[in-house]
Amino acid sequence: MMKNKSLVAINDLSKDEIIKTLDLAEEFEKNPIQDILSKTVVATLFFEPSTRTRLSFESAVSRLGGRVIGFSEAANTSVSKGESLKDTILTVANYSDLIVMRHPIEGSARYASEVSPVPIINAGDGANQHPTQTLLDLYSIRKTQGTLQNLNIFLVGDLKYGRTVHSLMMAMSQFGATFTFVSPNELKMPNEYKMFLDGQGIKYYEQTDLNENLDKADIIYMTRVQRERFSDPLEYEKVKNVYVLRNKMLENTKPNMRVLHPLPRVNEIHTDVDPSSKAYYFPQALNGVYTRMAIMAQILGL
Amino acid sequence: MKEVKLSVSAIENGTVIDHIPAQNLFKVITILGLEKIDNLITFGTNMESHRLGRKAIIKVANKFFEREEINRIALVAPHAKLNIIRDFNVVEKQVVEVPESIEGIVKCVNPKCITNAEAVKTKFSVIDKQTVALKCHYCEKITDQEHMVYL
Repeated sequence: MMKNKSLVAINDLSKDEIIKTLDLAEEFEKNPIQDILSKTVVATLFFEPSTRTRLSFESAVSRLGGRVIGFSEAANTSVSKGESLKDTILTVANYSDLIVMRHPIEGSARYASEVSPVPIINAGDGANQHPTQTLLDLYSIRKTQGTLQNLNIFLVGDLKYGRTVHSLMMAMSQFGATFTFVSPNELKMPNEYKMFLDGQGIKYYEQTDLNENLDKADIIYMTRVQRERFSDPLEYEKVKNVYVLRNKMLENTKPNMRVLHPLPRVNEIHTDVDPSSKAYYFPQALNGVYTRMAIMAQILGL
Repeated sequence: MKEVKLSVSAIENGTVIDHIPAQNLFKVITILGLEKIDNLITFGTNMESHRLGRKAIIKVANKFFEREEINRIALVAPHAKLNIIRDFNVVEKQVVEVPESIEGIVKCVNPKCITNAEAVKTKFSVIDKQTVALKCHYCEKITDQEHMVYL
């Protein structure tokens, strides 16, 4: 990640840049309260609500001594009066050193990065990209496994529309991972991604049963199966309780195995998993703060 | 002596664009901006073609296209042939090449793309030159030939 450059998509970063970011995040974890952003104003423009991501960024800025301006939803702003994205960005760029933006329209972050005089961090553009989520996932994986190399990653839930799992898969494919895709038939990993893995010579398996092969996993990455993704409501009713991870299912898993989830969770991880030492989704959210500190520090050249 | 009758009259100097699929004639005209220039233009359409079934042909007097200009029609007329005419003679033949990237011309297939939401010019990289599949620079979705809508 270069100084003054925007971060729009995870594939904007080389493997070395990813590793450098994770190393820096590790430094911030050791020393999370510093004053390096004391003269910095960061704008968080959330054109759609995403409380977790916004608070994580704002916490990262605050702990580093910076100031945050912005909005948490588009209502009651100039956007609701019909202002274009370009005008909003050009205006807010006058008030801030860095813009973190979340927007429901796909490609909005790339466009903003092309018109903005200050760097943009994409905090999610529709179903397209959410690179800081991917980086915090990578950080969590490396931290719990001690490495990113040659791991066995289980991706569970909505693999068809899940932006998070697609980006994570693309990033992890650079580190020689093996994947197991666990999903209902309606929500299988799209062919374009499988073709990509084939091209890279990366092994992957597909299964519909969550109970199978869990003893092989280093990481189980859970995602939510959403009702609105199903064309047939009956299909949803059939699978809604199938992709639920319970503590009992973790019995024969490896000691190093950790359960990750981008949150918010609904019922796909039963609360009886929470006390397990293998549950890692809340520390994962904390890692998001360190990772975002590392991203912002690099972009601002600090 | 047999009289040779041309369906579209010959030009002294200029460019003849041949082998345009008949149904895409007006797209080619739009893409090349021919409706905005003052040159003498003649065209014929629904002519018989072994290769295309029905083809169209355009003759533009005193106009010689730049390479990039002509490659823009690759999406709608990938097999088009250009004859460069000087003094009623064909002095050069050119074929159309599918470019690496395309700006404007085509809409992004994704209704949630920024190019369909705000006044942003579309921009694609060509990821498959054979089937002409386009990847949106902004939303990263693929627009294939079947779903192509021209601006």
